[in-house]
Amino acid sequence: MQTYQLMVNGAPHAVTSEPDKPLLWVLRDHLKLKGAKYGCGIAQCGACTVHIDGVAVQSCVLPISRVSGRVTTIEGLAKNGLLHPVQSAWIEHDVPQCGYCQAGQIMSAAAMLAVNPAPTDVDIDTAMSGNYCRCGTYVRIRAAIHAAAEARSVEGEAEV
Amino acid sequence: MNNVLTRRHFLKASALTSGGLMLELTLSGPLLAEALGTLVGSKELNAWVQISSSGQITIYSSVPEMGQGIKTALPMIIAEEMGAKWDDVKVLKSDVDSARFGLQGAGGSTSIPRNFDSMRTMGASAREMLIGAASEALEVDRAELEAKDSKVIHLSGESLSFGALAALAVRQPIPDPATLSFKDPKAYTIIGTSIAGVDNLGIVLGQSQFGIDVDVPNMRYAAYTRCPRLGGVPISFNEQAIKALPGVLDAFILTPDARAGQSSMSFLDGLAVLQGGVAIVGEDTWSVLNAKSNLKVVWDESAASTDSWSQMRREAKNLAGTAGGQIKRDSPVEAALNAPSNKAIDAFYEFPYVAHICMEPMNCTVHYIAGTESEAPRMEVWVPSQFPGQVKEVAKNLLGVDEERVTVNMTRMGGGFGRRAVHDFAAEAMAIAARTEGPVKLTWTRTDDIHQDFFRVGGFENMKAAVSPEGKLVAWDQHYIGFARNGKAVIGSGLRGNEFSMTAMPNARVRQSLIDIKTHCGAWRAPGANTNAFVEQSFLHELSVLAGRDHAEFLIELMGERRWLSEGNINALNTGRAIDVIQLAAQKSGWGKAMPQGWGQGLAFYFCHAAHIAEVADVYVDADQNFKVGKVTVAVDVGPIINLSGALSQVQGSIVDGLSTMALQQITMTNGRINQDNFDQYPVMRMGATPEIDVHFIQSNHQSTGLGEPALPPLAPAVTNAIFAATGTRIRSMPLSQEGFKLV
Ligand code: FES
Ligand code: FES
Repeated sequence: MQTYQLMVNGAPHAVTSEPDKPLLWVLRDHLKLKGAKYGCGIAQCGACTVHIDGVAVQSCVLPISRVSGRVTTIEGLAKNGLLHPVQSAWIEHDVPQCGYCQAGQIMSAAAMLAVNPAPTDVDIDTAMSGNYCRCGTYVRIRAAIHAAAEARSVEGEAEV
Repeated sequence: MNNVLTRRHFLKASALTSGGLMLELTLSGPLLAEALGTLVGSKELNAWVQISSSGQITIYSSVPEMGQGIKTALPMIIAEEMGAKWDDVKVLKSDVDSARFGLQGAGGSTSIPRNFDSMRTMGASAREMLIGAASEALEVDRAELEAKDSKVIHLSGESLSFGALAALAVRQPIPDPATLSFKDPKAYTIIGTSIAGVDNLGIVLGQSQFGIDVDVPNMRYAAYTRCPRLGGVPISFNEQAIKALPGVLDAFILTPDARAGQSSMSFLDGLAVLQGGVAIVGEDTWSVLNAKSNLKVVWDESAASTDSWSQMRREAKNLAGTAGGQIKRDSPVEAALNAPSNKAIDAFYEFPYVAHICMEPMNCTVHYIAGTESEAPRMEVWVPSQFPGQVKEVAKNLLGVDEERVTVNMTRMGGGFGRRAVHDFAAEAMAIAARTEGPVKLTWTRTDDIHQDFFRVGGFENMKAAVSPEGKLVAWDQHYIGFARNGKAVIGSGLRGNEFSMTAMPNARVRQSLIDIKTHCGAWRAPGANTNAFVEQSFLHELSVLAGRDHAEFLIELMGERRWLSEGNINALNTGRAIDVIQLAAQKSGWGKAMPQGWGQGLAFYFCHAAHIAEVADVYVDADQNFKVGKVTVAVDVGPIINLSGALSQVQGSIVDGLSTMALQQITMTNGRINQDNFDQYPVMRMGATPEIDVHFIQSNHQSTGLGEPALPPLAPAVTNAIFAATGTRIRSMPLSQEGFKLV
């Protein structure tokens, strides 16, 4: 057991853990942040997607000992009481069905828009290819990402 | 004992402490537990309405939510009939209590037809009480009043808000349901519009609401390991080593228990729902999953399943040539099949077992409090279940806890698709909790979730038919080869006897042979229909091609006269509605138009779950047999739509799910062991393969019915028929990845 210093959603945390415990389980069980989900544990489904320094990462296969950088989870995406444009677009387009995959989808979408503010359908398909949706909400995810891209450009927002 | 026919609905009004109105619909008499698929026709009253003096309208939704949108749709019906403004409505989930809410279940696409009238009754009763209150307050005739926008408005324009009226309304007599009148659908302002899911905000914020997120004080975490071969029983395991691993608190063997299977879900049939295995309890999820991966168990496999998919296929192929089987329908076909002037085909179709793979793996949290001399044991359960009330039966059967001493909290489900109608995972959690101090959460790994599924059953059909020189279907000979457990067809296997092909054809012989298996099978989104549609609708296309006929015209001709095969029965085919959706799908898709090189169109129709649906797929196939579904046009008749956004979501989801399954998914087993361990071996379609989906609703005057399942079955044959149109290759087996066709 070792103690690791994590920065999660802007707050510092000291976590005592085995070095090979995946970040996903540290977030869910130690820090009680249940937004990132377990779907497969082998980097196939994207349900566990979080940001590390703004980049989308599948937290189920990332040992805590290898986490370096600021972690953002779905719980930390809305800032100052304002939804992220992706979150607003998700509501606007009534994307979720069961909703289980959606935290991962939203984190992947937000990370893509941060580097590609005006994605094409192909850009979206590529960036989102790590995220399964068993309920089949892909049509609406695509539409919502385009809408979020539009909203961001209107607001002239710089940072995610 | 009352039965379902004499059950009465009672409305009760009572005052909220804040001075508002609370309307509660209750049931008298015990609830008849009903199995999946037999739910249509019973009418439970499944809600509560509260109006606070500040005007907040709270509607409790008692049907479990798994992504089908029912938590939004049912409250919409109440709000509409009340004259509420949707913005004033807050929806909360109810407790699990059959005395108050009746059967709290979601399955068989039945929640809308089962609840529509009771929701209307609740809404109209509330409206009449509010109008009565306003008539007293304003001293005017009630005929001069109207409820609208959360207000009661007088002809003069004077109005009182629902909130202001709530305290008075509670003292109004409860209207006799027979005197209630309902809104003219033309005046609807909520039903038929697009309302976003009531839980969307919580979901996008990542707020926890799923079973797997449950966290209660002093909770422990558990993993469970069954024998890789179904039915194997643990003898011993490396207990010392496991208990020494970090974060592990306990590890023990559980023996199988058949009592947990004595559920009122008829298809379980006493199955040992608690399978033997090794439980590991620990401080957090990863510790127990890590220990699980280090587990070494000695199994007694003497009674384990020996099922193998390859063996099943061999048996089925042998059976296909023979005359045996149970006769479902027997009119003469031989003469027409053998007549030299007719053209005949003999085709062998097959479809695989598939898994549910709900995105949220099975899980359940249980706090068991052992009994003492003076007090019987108690239990609290947090469970993502399609039938949470049944969890109480499991507790009773397995641990003898009285149903009234079990508190069940229903959580949102990360998918259901029929899987969460079986509570083996809850039985495991209870058995573990019974040996654990404090609450404990059992989480399955994805591998557990796949291996331990109650699968969509695979099967085979030998199809023969003949068409006359005039291009008419003159003989239909269908031999279904499916599966049984202890001699009884498993759910989803076999023909129901009311399939369209069987009922519409004058010369039809239909037989069914069943092979006995041990593999667990269950309800999987549109059980039976999702495989039968593939075979029937692909084969009909083979026949229209053989006859040189246009397929839409051929299907419409088969429907014959516009008629309802059983007048007034929503579960009977209405050929008029069928013809309408086929024609609409054809028209909207530009059926018959010239397609570019490599493209083809395919059409399929299916009737199930009271829904008439036709689909046309536009598919491109390249020289390497990569195929892309460019567009799917869907024509749906499920009567008036409650929530347009929700209904559209269900159709879009069914198309994606149907495509993902038919293109990519197959479960196989070897000597009782499931061969697919995780998503790398059992893939789900990714976003890039998603077609454009163009949906058209015919809002016919029939009763509104559900849409969680029926848009899925026609998709597979629409796609394979399109691949035939594009390439001339007929696909008679799924998944397409096994047939050399790759979805891109
Ligand atoms: S849980 Fe991490 S990718 Fe599936
Ligand atoms: S919304 Fe259910 S898995 Fe995506």
